[in-house]
Amino acid sequence: MSQFMIRYTQSKLFWPFAALVLLLLINFFTIPGFFHITIKNGHLFGSLIDIMNRVIPLLVIAIGMTLVIAKEGIDISVGSILAITAAAAASLLEVAPLPYAILFALVIGLICGLWNGILIAYLKIQPMIATLILMTVGRGIAQLITGGQILTINNKAYEYIGKGFLLGFPFAIYIGLAVFCIVLIVKKKTALGLFLESIGSNKTSSHFAGIRPEKMILIVYIISGICSAIAGILVSSNVSSADANNAGLWIELDAILAVVIGGTSMRGGRFYLGGTLIGALFIQTLSTTIYSIGIRPEMTMVVKAIVVIAVCLMQSGEFRKLIRQSSFKKKVNEA
Amino acid sequence: MNSDSLLVAKGISKGFPGVKALSNVDFSLRKGEIHSLMGENGAGKSTLIKVLTGILKKDQGQIYLENSLISPASAEEAKRLGISTVYQEVNLCENLSVAENIYIGREPKKNGRIDWKEMYRKAEVLLKEKLNIEIDVKRTLSSYSTAIQQMTAIAKAVDTSSGVLILDEPTSSLDKSEVQKLFEVMKNLKSRGMGIIFVSHFLDQVFEISDRITVLRNGQLIGEYQTSLLTRNELVSKMIGKEWIEPLLSQKKHAANISKKNFLMVKGLEKKGSMNPVHLSIKKGEVLGLAGLLGSGRTETAKLLFGIDASDNGTLVIENEKIHSMNPKLAIEKGLGFCPEDRKTEGIVGELTIRENMMLALQSKRGIFNYIPLKEQKKIAEKYIKLLNIKTPDMEEKIENLSGGNQQKVILSRWLATNPSLLIMDEPTRGVDIGSKLEIRKLILDLAAEGVSILFISAELEEVAACCDRVIVLRDRYQIGQLEGEKISVKNILELISEGAGVVESVHD
Repeated sequence: MSQFMIRYTQSKLFWPFAALVLLLLINFFTIPGFFHITIKNGHLFGSLIDIMNRVIPLLVIAIGMTLVIAKEGIDISVGSILAITAAAAASLLEVAPLPYAILFALVIGLICGLWNGILIAYLKIQPMIATLILMTVGRGIAQLITGGQILTINNKAYEYIGKGFLLGFPFAIYIGLAVFCIVLIVKKKTALGLFLESIGSNKTSSHFAGIRPEKMILIVYIISGICSAIAGILVSSNVSSADANNAGLWIELDAILAVVIGGTSMRGGRFYLGGTLIGALFIQTLSTTIYSIGIRPEMTMVVKAIVVIAVCLMQSGEFRKLIRQSSFKKKVNEA
Repeated sequence: MNSDSLLVAKGISKGFPGVKALSNVDFSLRKGEIHSLMGENGAGKSTLIKVLTGILKKDQGQIYLENSLISPASAEEAKRLGISTVYQEVNLCENLSVAENIYIGREPKKNGRIDWKEMYRKAEVLLKEKLNIEIDVKRTLSSYSTAIQQMTAIAKAVDTSSGVLILDEPTSSLDKSEVQKLFEVMKNLKSRGMGIIFVSHFLDQVFEISDRITVLRNGQLIGEYQTSLLTRNELVSKMIGKEWIEPLLSQKKHAANISKKNFLMVKGLEKKGSMNPVHLSIKKGEVLGLAGLLGSGRTETAKLLFGIDASDNGTLVIENEKIHSMNPKLAIEKGLGFCPEDRKTEGIVGELTIRENMMLALQSKRGIFNYIPLKEQKKIAEKYIKLLNIKTPDMEEKIENLSGGNQQKVILSRWLATNPSLLIMDEPTRGVDIGSKLEIRKLILDLAAEGVSILFISAELEEVAACCDRVIVLRDRYQIGQLEGEKISVKNILELISEGAGVVESVHD
């Protein structure tokens, strides 16, 4: 039994999963009706549905981030790409039909990713610095597009993407699931996963084995850019506006956190898409919980920080060893 | 217990899940002796050393240091007790200076601040007195050769050790004169009463330097012997556990099955500052050797052929097709394979499993979208684990958990899986035990018999002489000569290298 427990607690997914369950339990006891789901006009409503709906932009970005981190990189420009693509889609909607706007946003995301990828893969600029450029400049570009104002969107079809319902569930959930499944299938059915993990673990050996690291780096930053664009469309359609300053602000930090909580190491190598899913759900549930149990606004960041630190500590094998040793000593002393 | 015993281990046992790495092993080190620990990969040498230095916890047994019972729980504790270790791979900070590396964590202080002058002075004195080398200790470690880096690690270990020094494969990256220098240092330390445990795969070195030899096999103690009373054949027999006949080593291949057609032809291929023009050709089924001393341009030539380094000049022709700009992926597509010299940084992908490591080259040959189904992957991995006798409980084991020889076999499998027409092997037998060494050599000959061309690079000239149909000799990054057929011998290669000085100069003019 204890062997069994040890194996489970060492699994990458155990602690974030346990934390998520614990968080839901806390909600169950403190917030009446947290698990309650009602049906209005054939649509499902409730806190759980709300969490699943809100997590989607974060999840989509975190999936792209997982691939970037797997190859030992980082992309801190995702929030800015989100803002640019949201602004691009919103402004084009004023003059062109919906498919063009969506396509335009995705292409902009692709170009942003390409830019990052070229800087990193071919000009060998460190990922943090290279993406910092777009992070800083990006919001400026977004402001240029919106003309410094918050663009309101008046297109029912576009708003459906972020606000509509399909078969009872919010439409955004389907998009999130689709992105997750596509990337999962690509990982399982092509050599992308193998090559990424190989490059992230040892770039020189991978190069010697015929893998072209530059190409792979370019691909992952492009994927990350497109994921950010999808998130940009979701966010802007959900609030029916494009806000160059605040759309997706700090989302890069939550995304990185979701990836790391999900068990993917910042040093690259093995990556866990399922872990990222749990990580993103955990962060969103945490934010929702903090608001709904009525923690004062000035305290929210502190509470969030404490919980995240706790989860990260529990994930660390070294920390668990420390705890085991001290509890063991206690037992010896008591005996 | 003997009064001059320094470090004694009694009845040491250590098991890992599924393996008994050491069972009831005794070991004793006396003051003022050099004691070699011998055995094949996986015999338990590293485990024993890790137990002695506190990195691994023993399951059973006692360790005595100068007749008092010790049980070091960590490497730091062992160091405090006076047991210092230098590992095969240099564990130093390349971006710090030599002096900083030696005194890191115990810097001389003055008024609470680091006394840099004193530190540099002490480092210089230490290196000069104990190791007899004079270098600028203020320069960063990365600016020095591997040999100097190794010496720095030894200097640090000697300085912190009070009695026991463990050298785990210290010579594998050193050339002949550097090895001699190290041996002088070891003799010097020995005369001061220090006990040295020496681990090496080089039999000659073991016989040259050690006073006694302890042999392990499959985690068992085979025995402890006086070096002067042991012959090479006896030692090897004890290590591999069967009768050993030396001539097997010099088994020659028969040149009969070499095709007349060239597989690869190179004219004047060069990279300025790295390698001067190379002219060579390899026939199908031929084993071509590249011989020369460390830094003679062997690896550089191989990297040019495989497209890891871009050439500035010259032509490369593979099967009558001229290749304009070579890169590893193209090389693989053209049927080349390359087992690099530096296994740890250029060969293995440590975090991945054995199976995944084997798939990399074949997968990049087939392309990213043509994923090899898991079933096929497992079949390939199973095949090569069996064929090359790779010792592992499972193909899903991380490759970094394997011993050096087995890692090398996985890398070889990676290339064999691509069905190569030309396999470039850069020091395939370095750091590999004698049993695996023979297996790898036999593999080379078998492959050649099947029509695969081999470019074989090795610092061990006996090996080059034994395996190759033709040998190209390099010196100071120039190609200086060639030996063929009966003329290939260690003596002739050495002669060519020493005569080569004149050739190099004439090329300069």
